Amino acid sequence: MSEFALVRPAEARAVDATVADDSAEQSTSRTRFVVGYLRSRPGLIVSVVWLVLLIAASVVPTLFTATDPLATVGTVRTAPSAQHIFGTDQIGRDLFTRVVYGAQLSIRAAAVAIGVGLVVGALIGLIAGYVGGWVDLVLMRIIDVLLSIPGLLLALAFVVALGFGTINVAIAVGLTSIATNARVLRSEVLKVKHSVFVEAAHAGGATPVRILFRHVLPNSVIPLLSLLALDFSGAILAISSLSFLGYGAQPPIPEWGSLISGGRDFLASAWWLTTAPGLVIVVTVLAGNRVARAFTGEGTIR
Amino acid sequence: MAHARRERATSANSYGRYVAGRVAQAVLVVFAAYTASYLILWSLPGDIIANITGGDATDLTAAQIAQIRHQWGLDLPLITRYFDSLGHAFTGDFGRSFTSSRPVTALIAEALPATLQIATLGFLFAVVAGSTVAILATRARSRWLSNLLLGLPPLAVAIPAFWLGLLLIQVFSFTFHLFPATGNFGPQSLVLPAITLGIPTSAMIAQLLAQGLAKALDEPYSDTARAKGASPSRVQFRHALRNAAIPALTVSGLVVGTLLSGSVVTETVFSRIGLGRLTAEAVSAQDLPVVQGVVVFAAVTFVVVNLLVDLIYPALDPRIITVAPQRRLVLKGA
Repeated sequence: MSEFALVRPAEARAVDATVADDSAEQSTSRTRFVVGYLRSRPGLIVSVVWLVLLIAASVVPTLFTATDPLATVGTVRTAPSAQHIFGTDQIGRDLFTRVVYGAQLSIRAAAVAIGVGLVVGALIGLIAGYVGGWVDLVLMRIIDVLLSIPGLLLALAFVVALGFGTINVAIAVGLTSIATNARVLRSEVLKVKHSVFVEAAHAGGATPVRILFRHVLPNSVIPLLSLLALDFSGAILAISSLSFLGYGAQPPIPEWGSLISGGRDFLASAWWLTTAPGLVIVVTVLAGNRVARAFTGEGTIR
Repeated sequence: MAHARRERATSANSYGRYVAGRVAQAVLVVFAAYTASYLILWSLPGDIIANITGGDATDLTAAQIAQIRHQWGLDLPLITRYFDSLGHAFTGDFGRSFTSSRPVTALIAEALPATLQIATLGFLFAVVAGSTVAILATRARSRWLSNLLLGLPPLAVAIPAFWLGLLLIQVFSFTFHLFPATGNFGPQSLVLPAITLGIPTSAMIAQLLAQGLAKALDEPYSDTARAKGASPSRVQFRHALRNAAIPALTVSGLVVGTLLSGSVVTETVFSRIGLGRLTAEAVSAQDLPVVQGVVVFAAVTFVVVNLLVDLIYPALDPRIITVAPQRRLVLKGA
């Protein structure tokens, strides 16, 4: 912390001064700012609420439904009604329950994919951008090669190598997103690297690892959060596609992509079997993209 | 006069050097993509013997397994196999399919025409739909309509392609009986797959073009054209669109990649024969040679398209004629 305090941007010192002067007034004006910010962005509020509900559903599905996702609870293929809001499937299971439990698998798989893609990708980007020189050159050429293979095909190659199943599909999707993540992080690091406070830390004798994790990384947090939201949307789309193709979750376990695949044979007679889970995917992806935009495209809360 | 000739000579010379550099780079990327896909597919865990025999290998005797290993060259070290396969790949031989024992090159060549049909149609649809949305959005009088149109591309990229295909089947095949739901029969069966394949690309084109148009309409040359009394349509089509379309070319490689990988899902949804279906079936059977063949084919296509764009770009945009020492295009006077 000492070398960080040594030279700080002028704005930071100014903010400190105001906080010290009148912290109460500062906090009310900040609250007012946040309220105003959110009020003018209803889409963002809906997106955040939707994502929070989804995460809740993936952790505790019983919050939203008391039904067993594998139990037959009604007649076969009944249209959506008050009792079964998404209708029932070909063997009389409640589709809403299956979509809720599907969130469990889909969201967890997306989390694995993001974990793999963001950790490996960010690490490569950080190292390439920070070390520079031939390390940067070699790493970025590897990234270029990965980018020359279309995403889905690359994911399929990883699936073939790793084997089938939701976790393998998730890892494959994560590995595929490494290239983009590394590129974004690298460009962020290059931006921060030449700033005054990093140079000051360097002059103060901080080790490269300390500078990287203590100064460079915290200053790349906003783009990293945006990337996280984008990766989430991408992972939901990619994982459901691979599950639809039959490489992920196997029936009767519910997962969004395989739910749609299962409803495929009843397109003419039971439209809700594909429509309901599909809409859930679309809304989730839109929500993720909206949150990502809040971090980059428009003014951010700092 | 002598000065002009000298300038032209240096320009031709530097263009030659630029081309040579780009070609060398393209060859290198293809080679690296081959290596990467080989390493991913052949060196990671997974029971290759079971893949070849199509299921479980437990009832095979040790001698039988040894024979299969020898037959497919699996008794050799990975590095030897890699260089061996690389040598064959140079002559266009990508090995044989585990399941059908037929050459991978032949399988791809047979599957390609059907995919090219829907990809070409899908691409045309994408260009028409994408530019229509972009042009209407920049020309719309009401802000509300413009925002609505600009909201379409982000929506389009959030819709999973397989679900879009199923929706189209539901509406146009089962409700209105306009197009067949599945199969490779006749031009009618091309329409829905082409739209499914083209929608993500159309979103990409619409976004790029809308940005480019908005920027071009703000440029001084558009002001000049307006000041000289050109009608809004003339400014839009004759001046702005031509300038906005050129940057859109740079995503051509990405477009081809999107179409190729989109065919996997599209052909599965519409039960069509083609490259995508070949890929999906090869993945299900863990048919490594076929999967690698398709991946390398996609990488080669991507690289070739990007190379072509790089080579014709200077001809399309006369502002870009000087070539920097790092073999990179630079904007003159920018």
